[in-house]
Amino acid sequence: MPSILVENLVKVFNSLRAVDGISFEVKEGELFGLLGPNGAGKTTTLNMLATLIRPTSGNAFVSGFDVFRERNKVRKSIGMVFQEPALDNYLTGRENLEFHGMMYGLKRKEAKERVKEALKIVELEEFADKLVQTYSGGMKRRLEIARALVHQPKILFLDEPTLGLDAQTRRKIWEYIKKLNKEKGVTIILTTHYMEEADFLADRVAIIDFGKIVALDTPENLKNLLGGDVISIEVDNWQNAKKVFEKLPWVKKLNHENGTFCLQVEKGEEKIPLLIKVDEKEAGFQIKSINLRKPTLEDVFLYFTGKTIREREASQSERFKEMAKRHRR
Amino acid sequence: MEINFTAIYVLWLREMKRFLRSWSRVVSTLMMPLFFLIFLGFGFKGAFIPGVGQTKDYIHFLVPGIIGMTLITTSMMAGISVLWDREFGFLKEITVAPVSRISIVLGRIFGGMTTSLIQAILILLISIIMGFKLPNFLAFLFSIIIMILISSGFIGLGLIFASLMKDIQGFGLIMQMVVFPLFFLSGALFPLSNLPRFLRIISYFDPLTYGVEGLRRVLLGNSFLPFWFSLSSLVLFSILMIILGAYFFEKSEV
Repeated sequence: MPSILVENLVKVFNSLRAVDGISFEVKEGELFGLLGPNGAGKTTTLNMLATLIRPTSGNAFVSGFDVFRERNKVRKSIGMVFQEPALDNYLTGRENLEFHGMMYGLKRKEAKERVKEALKIVELEEFADKLVQTYSGGMKRRLEIARALVHQPKILFLDEPTLGLDAQTRRKIWEYIKKLNKEKGVTIILTTHYMEEADFLADRVAIIDFGKIVALDTPENLKNLLGGDVISIEVDNWQNAKKVFEKLPWVKKLNHENGTFCLQVEKGEEKIPLLIKVDEKEAGFQIKSINLRKPTLEDVFLYFTGKTIREREASQSERFKEMAKRHRR
Repeated sequence: MEINFTAIYVLWLREMKRFLRSWSRVVSTLMMPLFFLIFLGFGFKGAFIPGVGQTKDYIHFLVPGIIGMTLITTSMMAGISVLWDREFGFLKEITVAPVSRISIVLGRIFGGMTTSLIQAILILLISIIMGFKLPNFLAFLFSIIIMILISSGFIGLGLIFASLMKDIQGFGLIMQMVVFPLFFLSGALFPLSNLPRFLRIISYFDPLTYGVEGLRRVLLGNSFLPFWFSLSSLVLFSILMIILGAYFFEKSEV
């Protein structure tokens, strides 16, 4: 039985199809990533699985429990870390965790012990009796991860676990997540719009755009799909350059934005000399810079959607503004 | 629907801890009723006000009104404080917990009621220092029952507002447009018999009227409205608000 089973799940807000018929499975013990720009429907998906909002249609099972009919059983079997802090600032870290344990049906003594363990995992024992008010952003996130562990759930939901954290803290959080998954065997589903996060952490990644899954595989396989390396070239006259690049037989795929081309090729290091040999006078353009890189998930996203994640986020927010305008009318 | 007593207890305990840790907030909430009590109480000392009942001084007439004022402000705030939990995200943590919504609502009502009552009793103690005479201990116990009814009703009303509002922007507006008119209409500061007919009729739609009248009855022994009428109106108000508060809270999405 898969830990999470999602079939054709849909959520409609007003007339916007925030999640548009997605299906996937998360195996037991897996670290599964939902990758996509803000507004793609990742958080909505997670919230539906956590029974925070009701799906419009479709089916979903968490730990074998139906998210429509067995909400409390689903809630009991998962731990959730929200995108924004969900802590009581007027309580200490320890109190936040102990209250959580008791809400999940632990006896006071049992709760105290579990809290101690959980605080140890995220190395917050020292600060446990300080008010959460005094915590930094990274400490709050760590505390929330610890809290999600107190009732020892089999499945952990992490919604953008490192959003807004500095690089160092992010690394630390990644370590905790990996450790939980590998050592404690916790099944983890996380959302992120950071490519490197999905790449580093996830066993499998679902790329989600406009409420639909456009690709789903291991990061390795997804990158291999692109068939090789990416050469990005900056030129001064992109119209002329385009004509030339289009004719090159070894270019598998050509993307262009703001005077920079992305060429998908095999054995990129051997193609750079060929590119440099292109006659400037005849072709009518000059190369300003060349960069070769091995594909990242960013390129995978670009390959499937024709846009970078950043561009997509800009257009998403325009889409929402447009929606809002229509509603006001 | 099942009721999780542990969850109710945890939420109650949370309110207590927060209450004990935020003395500045408590003091600032009590400031207004305290000013009314001190300045009106001393200011109108010995004044003849028709309908007050001249066997006792104005302060005796005033104290039940000020207790009512304290209860309506603190209880409404306790109910509406769900908004802060939503703003700071804590509501999500509660919502995703495997406990029934009714337990969450009850936990909040018990928590809010306790803090509200503590503050109302504080006001009562201060007024005793100022010269207010409690008839006997039994009257005190009865007044607590009335206070519980007032408080639970207004916490329910606060919950309804909190569930219908999307952010904390409207909070000040509610306090000004709802709490103050209800306070003045209740006859907390003056006898209802002095109001013109149409205002008096409006005041019968104000639940706080029955609260203040009920408190006057048990603390002073006389009141404008019959006691059975005040009491049954209060019970009805309290039950209705708790049910509606729970209903709207359940319906609102985080």
